[in-house]
Amino acid sequence: MNDDRAYLFDPANWRWASPQSIPHRIIEHLEFTAIALTIAAAIAIPIGFYIGHTNRGAFFAINIGNAGRSLPTFGLLSLIVTLAGLGQLPLIFALVVLAVPPILTTTYAGLRAVDPAAVDSARGMGMRPMQILFRAEVPMALPLILSGLRSAALQVVATATVAAYVGLGGLGRLLVDGLSLNQYDRVVAGAVVVAALAILIDLAGNLLQRLVVSPGVSGRFARAGKVSASTVVPEAARA
Amino acid sequence: MIDYVRNNMELILAAFGQHIALALIPVVIGVIVALPLGYLAVRHDWLYQPLITISGVLYSIPSLALFVALPLIIGTKVLSPLNIIVALAIYTVALMVRSVADALRSVDRNVTQAATAMGYRPLKRLLGVDLPIATPVILAGVRVATVSNISLVSVGAIIGVGGLGALFTRGLQLRFPEPIIVGIVLSVILAAVMDSLIVLAQRYLTPWARLGGRA
Repeated sequence: MNDDRAYLFDPANWRWASPQSIPHRIIEHLEFTAIALTIAAAIAIPIGFYIGHTNRGAFFAINIGNAGRSLPTFGLLSLIVTLAGLGQLPLIFALVVLAVPPILTTTYAGLRAVDPAAVDSARGMGMRPMQILFRAEVPMALPLILSGLRSAALQVVATATVAAYVGLGGLGRLLVDGLSLNQYDRVVAGAVVVAALAILIDLAGNLLQRLVVSPGVSGRFARAGKVSASTVVPEAARA
Repeated sequence: MIDYVRNNMELILAAFGQHIALALIPVVIGVIVALPLGYLAVRHDWLYQPLITISGVLYSIPSLALFVALPLIIGTKVLSPLNIIVALAIYTVALMVRSVADALRSVDRNVTQAATAMGYRPLKRLLGVDLPIATPVILAGVRVATVSNISLVSVGAIIGVGGLGALFTRGLQLRFPEPIIVGIVLSVILAAVMDSLIVLAQRYLTPWARLGGRA
């Protein structure tokens, strides 16, 4: 047992000075995740706003979510590498492709779930379409939009780990290199750190959600106790 | 493409068969474990939050990490198919506990009270009234779990057991897109077929839904 943890607890692997050390792998992993998530959000959120606000193309929004979930992530990575060659850019493109569906679907679903009476009142108060969107619909849809971003983040963290198999850096390197070198302690170190990272990212998302969602929407001011807002949240694909 | 399929039919079928087993056995195990857990979460209110929190944490662990960490926890061999099955069963439970709990919670209290008044005992009421009414929401969870398991199995190819994932690693080694495309297509088709089968099962299990009555 002790042997299996040697790599994880060896101080040499945590030294900042060496570029192969665990802290550098963590930073790399976070970089890939942040880049992919930012690009995916920049694509998916405006489209989700448009479809949710106008209800045009709802079919597309629902189906892209289902398609994204059933697409095997490892297959997509393999295909992109075989067609486009090794390199970071094609792999980050794959991460973006996998992060778009959950964000798009939840953004759309969030806007559609907004009480039509609230939208009508906003219109009755003289708000313009853009004001209705950003001052009424989006704040009320925020919990679902953020849950989509959180699933997408988890999806990207997990897929980036798998992508080490086809040459991406990050924490997956520890896993994949450990497996090919038959160094199980290195594999364990990678698994533990990447699992901890994923859990921390999810916790951070949870915290962010509490901070930015209006208390009036999240029901934290309500006295009713149990909030039954969303029983069936569309779960994202995962890797 | 057709030539590739024709020449490698045996390999493809073996990978496909393994894929089906590796994806679906965990669904069955996961549902069997999640049903009582979800029930407990509803029965004992204080259990709900901790169970949902633990599920969320488990669900957020990346699959490859869970696949390779399991030998340390349950003592399997690193390259054993059991790692994949147990890992996917854990994801299924993590996802389904919430579905089952929310489904049972959503059953109208008037209905359960009516059943009790008609003389249903707790267990008989659970199996004969609550569970059938909760079926659509539970099956919605089963659909998500099944489809995501099917797409996850292939990651197992990295540790040597991955059903159709074997076609992906082969394509990568040969720098040859054919096996990869065949694998992706079969995986997506399998997911679509299983998803429709569950929808059909739901129609069969909840005949009242078609009559336009309220569940």
